[in-house]
Amino acid sequence: MTITAEVDAAVVGSARRIADEVAAPVAEEVDREARFPAEAVAALREERALSALVPVELGGAGASLDAVAGACFELGRRCGASGMVFAMHQIQVACMVNHRGEGSWFDDYLREVVAEQRLIASITSEVGTGGDMGKSIAAVSEPDAAGTASFEKQAPTVSYGPHADAFLTTVRRAPDAEPGDQVAVLTRREQMEMDQQGTWDPLGMRGTCSPGFVAKATFPVEQIVPERFSTISAETMTPVSHVLWSQVWLGIATDAFDRARAFVKAAAKRKPGEPLPAAIRLSELMSQLSLLRAEVGLALREYCELHANDRARLSEMATILRFNNLKIAASEQAPTVCQEALGVCGIVGYKNDTPFSVGRHLRDSMSARLMVANERIHATDASLLLIAKEV
Amino acid sequence: MKEQIREVIREHGRLAVDVDTLADDADLYQAGMTSHASVNVMIALEDSFDIEFLDSMLKRSVFESVDSIAAALTEVGVPA
Repeated sequence: MTITAEVDAAVVGSARRIADEVAAPVAEEVDREARFPAEAVAALREERALSALVPVELGGAGASLDAVAGACFELGRRCGASGMVFAMHQIQVACMVNHRGEGSWFDDYLREVVAEQRLIASITSEVGTGGDMGKSIAAVSEPDAAGTASFEKQAPTVSYGPHADAFLTTVRRAPDAEPGDQVAVLTRREQMEMDQQGTWDPLGMRGTCSPGFVAKATFPVEQIVPERFSTISAETMTPVSHVLWSQVWLGIATDAFDRARAFVKAAAKRKPGEPLPAAIRLSELMSQLSLLRAEVGLALREYCELHANDRARLSEMATILRFNNLKIAASEQAPTVCQEALGVCGIVGYKNDTPFSVGRHLRDSMSARLMVANERIHATDASLLLIAKEV
Repeated sequence: MKEQIREVIREHGRLAVDVDTLADDADLYQAGMTSHASVNVMIALEDSFDIEFLDSMLKRSVFESVDSIAAALTEVGVPA
């Protein structure tokens, strides 16, 4: 194997082990109590998985996005919240790695991510923008003579906000900048005041612990990511989010399918030779799962290919449409698979305390359509479809 | 050509300022053009110049300024 292939195999292998041995045993408790999956995150830190995407020259593993996607799938399969926290952290790291500009402050910060295994969250949504990540109300203040600036932002949700070490926040570039003229700022928790707003008691993805916050930060301007947010968003944040989230959703749906399959096998063993209607439904379910797997896998390959060989194409509207469509399709298909798995398992799937329970899977997967609302993405796509050619 | 481009931007760009106050290389997004408005500008440009942009041109950076739009139009055969 090449060095990269070895690194990649190790990233996926350790995620699978952590998923099975650390995340799975407490997944129900994490869900029931809406508590952070601290054990899984600690184990991922131990394996230095939080810096998997940091390039080797900055001390990281230099793993591929393909490997990180595999790790998201493995974690999502055992605990949706653990998978989603890991996925979101990797998205922030990818944004910094790809858009830091060589030799900037971010080189040192990424070395720190490696050494200290910092967990990074994002503050992208904002009260008053109607869910449009491409607009901000909060702005970077005019820097003082020492080059120190500040912002204050009201966020309706900050995923694992109570548990992150640092935050990547979108804000307008300057007090007089237009809403779409944004930058991303990385600030350490020590540089911030995080005032939690309300509680976190949602339907699913309960372990992500994502209440609202009013975030205030004071920071040197070198902590602003050098490239503009519109470029970061088009080339990295949006497509990588959709690619990694959909891997987590595929993991959740795959486990729901596996549970339905285990249920049918157990039933077949009890009554050998008798017709089993659930077995037919299971077979139908497999074709639903395979559609999801195909869409998710194809998009991952396309992103890796474009990122490696033709990065400019990531900004093209036709490409943006395809990665938006991935999010919409996967976020609708994953709960469909979970619901059909429930149909196969019946009452033992509906109960929360059987080996065939799929209630958590269904609830977790239902968050998918809200993470950047599908309606908003459809509105964007409807506009892009008017002008893009080959989509 | 640039006057015709400015006409389209004036009509469809929904800028926060008058396009005539902007230089040819000024950033239209920084002047308040939204992604949605930029799509309308693209459609109107195709109509006004009777051309079709290639997918490789349909991205934010190409519609960033009057200059960059003019370069794209030249590329698809509009005489300067």
